[in-house]
Formats: sequence, C-alpha cells, structure tokens
Amino acid sequence: MSTLTALRDVTFERNLSLRKLKGKLFEIIAFFAILLGIAMLLTLLIDVFLDGLPWISTKLITEFPSRFPDKAGLRSALQGSVWLMVLTAVMAIPIGVGAGIYLEEFAPQNRITRFIEINVANLAGVPSIIYGLLGLGLFVRQLGLGRTLIAGAMTMALLVLPIIIVTTREAIRAVPQSIRQAALALGATDWEVSRDHVLVYSAPAIMTGIILAMSRAIGETAPLITIGALTYIAFDPKGPFDIFTVLPIQIFNWVSLPNPDFHGLAAAGIIILLAVLLSMNALAIWLRNRLQIRW
Amino acid sequence: MDNNHVVLETKNLNVFYGNFLAIKDVNFQVFRNQITAIIGPSGCGKSTLLRSFNRMNELVPSARSEGKILFNGEDIYDPTIDPVEVRRKIGMVFQKPNPFPKSIYENIAWGLKINGFRGSKSEMDDLVEQALRGAALWDEVKDKLDQSGLSLSGGQQQRLCIARAIAIKPEVILMDEPASALDPIATLKIEDLMRELKENYTIVIVTHNMQEAARVSDYTAMMMLTGEGERSGTVIEFDRTNIIFTRPKDKRTEDYITGRFG
Amino acid sequence: MPRETLIRQINQIRDEILILGSMVEQATLSAIQALKNRDTHLAREIFEADQNINEKRFAIENAIITLMATQQPMARDLREMTAMLEVNTELERMGDYAKGIAKVVTRLGEGDVIIPIQEIEKMAEIAVSMLHRALGAFVSENHVQALAIPKEDDQVDELFNQAYRKIIEAMIANPNLIDHTNLMLWVIHNLERLADRVTNICERTVFSATGELFEIDGMDEDDANV
Repeated sequence: MSTLTALRDVTFERNLSLRKLKGKLFEIIAFFAILLGIAMLLTLLIDVFLDGLPWISTKLITEFPSRFPDKAGLRSALQGSVWLMVLTAVMAIPIGVGAGIYLEEFAPQNRITRFIEINVANLAGVPSIIYGLLGLGLFVRQLGLGRTLIAGAMTMALLVLPIIIVTTREAIRAVPQSIRQAALALGATDWEVSRDHVLVYSAPAIMTGIILAMSRAIGETAPLITIGALTYIAFDPKGPFDIFTVLPIQIFNWVSLPNPDFHGLAAAGIIILLAVLLSMNALAIWLRNRLQIRW
Repeated sequence: MDNNHVVLETKNLNVFYGNFLAIKDVNFQVFRNQITAIIGPSGCGKSTLLRSFNRMNELVPSARSEGKILFNGEDIYDPTIDPVEVRRKIGMVFQKPNPFPKSIYENIAWGLKINGFRGSKSEMDDLVEQALRGAALWDEVKDKLDQSGLSLSGGQQQRLCIARAIAIKPEVILMDEPASALDPIATLKIEDLMRELKENYTIVIVTHNMQEAARVSDYTAMMMLTGEGERSGTVIEFDRTNIIFTRPKDKRTEDYITGRFG
Repeated sequence: MPRETLIRQINQIRDEILILGSMVEQATLSAIQALKNRDTHLAREIFEADQNINEKRFAIENAIITLMATQQPMARDLREMTAMLEVNTELERMGDYAKGIAKVVTRLGEGDVIIPIQEIEKMAEIAVSMLHRALGAFVSENHVQALAIPKEDDQVDELFNQAYRKIIEAMIANPNLIDHTNLMLWVIHNLERLADRVTNICERTVFSATGELFEIDGMDEDDANV
C-alpha cells in the first residue's frame, strides 16, 4: 500500500507497517491460545468417549452398582443426583433469590448491608470442601441428620446459595433504574414494582443463574465425600432421609478400582454426567438469548 | 401574579443531598392548565426541583428537604401524606423514554390495575384507547397493541410514556427534558401534544433547550446557581414566558437566554 | 464570552446601518443644495443615490433575517434585531423624502418660484443632526440620549409653520406662480416628516435597550399643523 501523498509528513514517524505487524503478531498468539484450549478439551473428550462408548447401554441406567463390571450401573447414583438437585433447588432457590431481592431492592444502604454483601461475594469463592466440613459438623452431626440426602442437599444449598444470590443481584441490577422510576411515578408501591417489573424482567437471567448453580451442585464431589455420602447404594432412595450416592462419587469410586473394565464404566458415567451438565448449560444459554430483555 | 388557580406552590423550599444544599429558597407557583418551564444551566437543580414535586427525590437515599410544597393548598411533605398517593396525582415523564418491556396495552393498563381499577375487560380497553388517543398515539399503534412497547420508535415510546402517565388521570404531569433524546420532528410532535394536554392537565417541564421552553410554555422559571461558592440553585426569575424571552428583568436571565452566560 | 459570531455579526449590521444613515443624510443635504442652487444635475444624482439606499436597505434586511434564522436571538439581541429592521425601513423612507425633494427640483426646472430657503435649510440642518445623533444613540444603545432627541422636533415644527406661512403668502401675492410655489409645501412637508421619523428611531432605541415599548411625546403634534 502506498502512502497517501497528503499523509507523507516529516514530523511524524508513522511506521504504519511495523504497527500493523505487531497487531498481526498479537492476533496469531491469541489464536494459538484458543487453539490450545480447544485441543486439550477435544483430547479429553475423545479419550473419554473412546473408553466409555462401549459401556454405554441401558444397563448403565437401570442397574445398581455391582462388583461385576457387566452388571454394574448408575441407577442409584442417578437417582441420588436427581434427588439432591431437587432438594437443593427447593432450599437454595427461595432463599437465594429472596436474599438477592432484599439486598438489591429493599436493604437500607448502610454498613451492615455492605458487610453482608461483601461476605456473600466472598462465600462464592470459598473452596467447596469447607462447605463439606460445615455440613459434616452441622447437619450430619449437630442436627443428627446423618449421611442422608437432606444433609447433602443442605450442604449443597449452602454451597450454591452465594452463586444464586450474586446472580440474582446482577440480574436485578440489570433492570434499568428508569423502569423502577417509571413504575413508582405511576403511584406503585415498592412491592408492586418488584413483583410486576423487576422480578419479571430479571427472571430469565435469574433462571440462568439458578441452572448454572444447579449444574455446579450435581458436578460437585468434595463436600459430599466429606459428609460421607456412600459409594455403594444398591437400592432406590425413597426420601430425603435415605442415605445416598451421586454420579461423581460413583464415577470416582469406579476410577479408583483396579479392574480396567470399571475404568470404562467410569468413562461412560462421565459421558452421562457431561451430557446432563452440557444440556443444562445449553438450556441456560438458550434462556439468556431468547428471553432476556435487551434494554 | 395572575388570578389563575395555583396548583403547585413551593414555599421556601430547600433540598439537600447529605449536607449539600442543592436548591435553596425556591418560591414559585404552577398555574392550572398552564405549561410552566424550568430553565437554567446544567447542574442548577432543575431536575431536583421537578422531582421534589412528586417526591421522586426521596429515592436518593441522602435527599432531604425543608420548606413546603403545596399541592392544591395541601403540603405534600406533611408526614401524614404517602408519597405513593402524591405520585398518583402528579405524574411524570422522563428524559429517556422508559416504556415497560411489556405490550403497549399492558404499559397503559398496569398503572390502572395497581391503582385499583376493578372494571371489565372492555372498560379497560376503553381506558387504554382513551389514553393512547390522548397521547396522539392511537392511530399508530391500534393494530399492534400486543407488541412490546420497546418495538416503537423513540418518539412513539415517549408518547407511550405520556399515555401511560395520563391513563391514571393525574392533575399534574412533570416532564423532565421529555424531548432531549428525540429527533426534531418527534420533538415537535411532543410539543404539539403538550399544548393539547394542557387543556386537561397542568404541565411542568424541565428543559435545556431554551427554544423549546419558549415554544411550549406559558410561564418560565429561570434557575441559576447562587449563594456561597455558587453551588446552590434557586429560581432567580419567574414570569410569563413571553416576558422572560423578550425582556427579562434579571441581568443573569438575560445573559443566559442570549447565550452570554459563562 | 460565548456567541462571538452573533455579536460580531450584530456589530457588522450596526455599521451598515450607520453607513445607510450617512447616505440618507448626504442625500437630504444634497437635495437642499440642489434646491438652493436650482441644480437639476445634482438632483438627478440624488435619484441614483436613492437606488443605492434601497439596495443597501434590502441587503441589511437580508442580513438581519439570516442572522435571526441561524442564531435564534433572544431577549436583548432579539429586541435589537427587530429594532434594526424597523430603523432600516425608516432610513429607506427618509431616503425617499430626499428623493422627493430632488424630484421637486427637476420639476421646477428653470421656472420662477419663491423658495423660503432660510427656513428650509435650517429645517434640514436640524433634522439631519437629529438623525445623526439618533443613529449614534441607537448603535450605542443609549436610551437616555435617544429620549432627549425627539424634543428637538419642536424646532422643526416651528420652522415648518414659519415656512408654511411664507409659502401661503407667496401664493396669495403671486397667484400665477402657484403651481410651482405649491411644490414648496412638498419640500417642507418632507423635511418635517423626516424629523418625525427620527422619533421612531429613538423609540426603537429605547425598546432595544430597555424592552419598553411606547411612543415618545411630541410625535403626533404635526397632525394639528397640517
């Protein structure tokens, strides 16, 4: 490219070609960074699929765990995961969303509120095993709930609560102040504004946050191991006060067995867990894209 | 000044944000079925004054006021008065059009519902149509009442907001730079609409645009920063608009409207 | 200070109005000169000068309208610009009075006539002086000065009455010259009107400077005299 005559200027060292080269270089580095990430993920997925695909069958879902690889399945773990998720959701959603609304819409702007806000934000960053220890001490022992679904779900609820609170607050904050003012100016009460506007408009984003929190809950292993969820459950959990196991624990257990056939089973379990997690995330993305209001 | 009925009147109004005296010692009146413009340089407290009239200022946590604002003779800052009640009587239209992300119909209907509308669906339909006609929007939207209010153009959105405000039949409509985000044609439409609305409502408008104030208003209040360090805004001159724009009495008003300010 | 464009352009228009004013003054004095010397050649030059006055008047009017359209003047600026339009029109009319006198000169030609030249010269001198100072007051927005000038119109009126009596007496004494002598009534009438119009300029000056709109006394006294 030849320089425009008008731009040939003695006082400026323009060096356009070098500047463009730097830009190109950066682009290439950035491209390799993403390539590396994708390559690793692909390797992992391919490896898991190669190991696990032969083991995918209906037995995996219908059978309880067993000492014999051809008879072993994820039945109790799947049910445990579903139970855990539902119980966690029942406890964490109302409390988390409620707390988010309170902090964002109603709490007075003072030191106590700020103190709570900071703590909630920090809780989201606490390692999950700490929640496991809390659950073990408080729910399993102190409250005497034992190693039951309800104790696990309460622990998980604690774990995902900060996530739900934070995403709820962010969703609510995304509703423009001008909408609240518009509603208030019509003679609405704070409650009417929250009920008919703020909550309605932030619902898709809150839902997205909840789904992501739930996918976190079913993927977590450490706190449940800490509170002592069992790995060998050969019956269907009947209620919240049954002992239980969950997918990641079952997978973890299989991986640690010496028989390589169990490793294949573990890979198959991972595929199922991945499928559940990815479809939940996909749902979250879909919700965000389709329902979210663009202001 | 005139024998007109005074709808709103401020008496020695001071508004603070924390310790900061934002507007001080404001005394002026708003007359029934007239358009009163509040003009003045940026940051002189025009919006603060406007938002005092429907107690929207209280949404700022540190805001506090002294003095009185009489609405038909009654002090709206009396402790027994609920701001929700005030806002129902004194509506507001904002600078940026802010329709609810609901259908056009719902945008109008919601205000009626929360204010206790207990009629039939067809009565509601009538009220929605009335409000949209009142805001000169009906012909443009009558076939798409179920579409989102956000799908309208900026000027239409602002008229929807005006329709929403008049649907609950307030006495006064406060307008905070209602045309500043609109193109010139949409602006003129809003201005025409204001002249129609003043048959039934009393309008107070804050505007940066002096030509707009000159075009639409009957009375003009000129605000300016005064006092220590020139930090507190007050109304320095209040008169009929034609006088303010041809022969203002205050030198500062003159300098401002002839563009020699600052 | 903001609005420098507006201020600069207003000043330019003020200058143009002063120039137009001096053209009118010149035309008036020349017309009296032509009458005194019975100089039809000079009278024709005044016709041409009036063309220039008319053109300049339209140019000024255009400039004011453009400025109003583009700068949206308010308050004092708005008053001054409307006043300028008015003053501009008044000056053009005054130019027509001078042209009227020049026309009388050409009509008279070499014919016999009795001219009360002393009174006429004095009237012209006072009227032109009033105009000159009125325009000075106008461009400097000096309403005190503007308020004082119209009082001098009384002198013009007094001279008008004296000249009027002389002309009537001349008509009675020389009925055969009545056709030409009658033209002298035009001349003194034009000068008297010219002085009256100075009062209008003074009124506009007061309006421009203060926003007050009223007639300055003495304006309509000529009604009784005509």
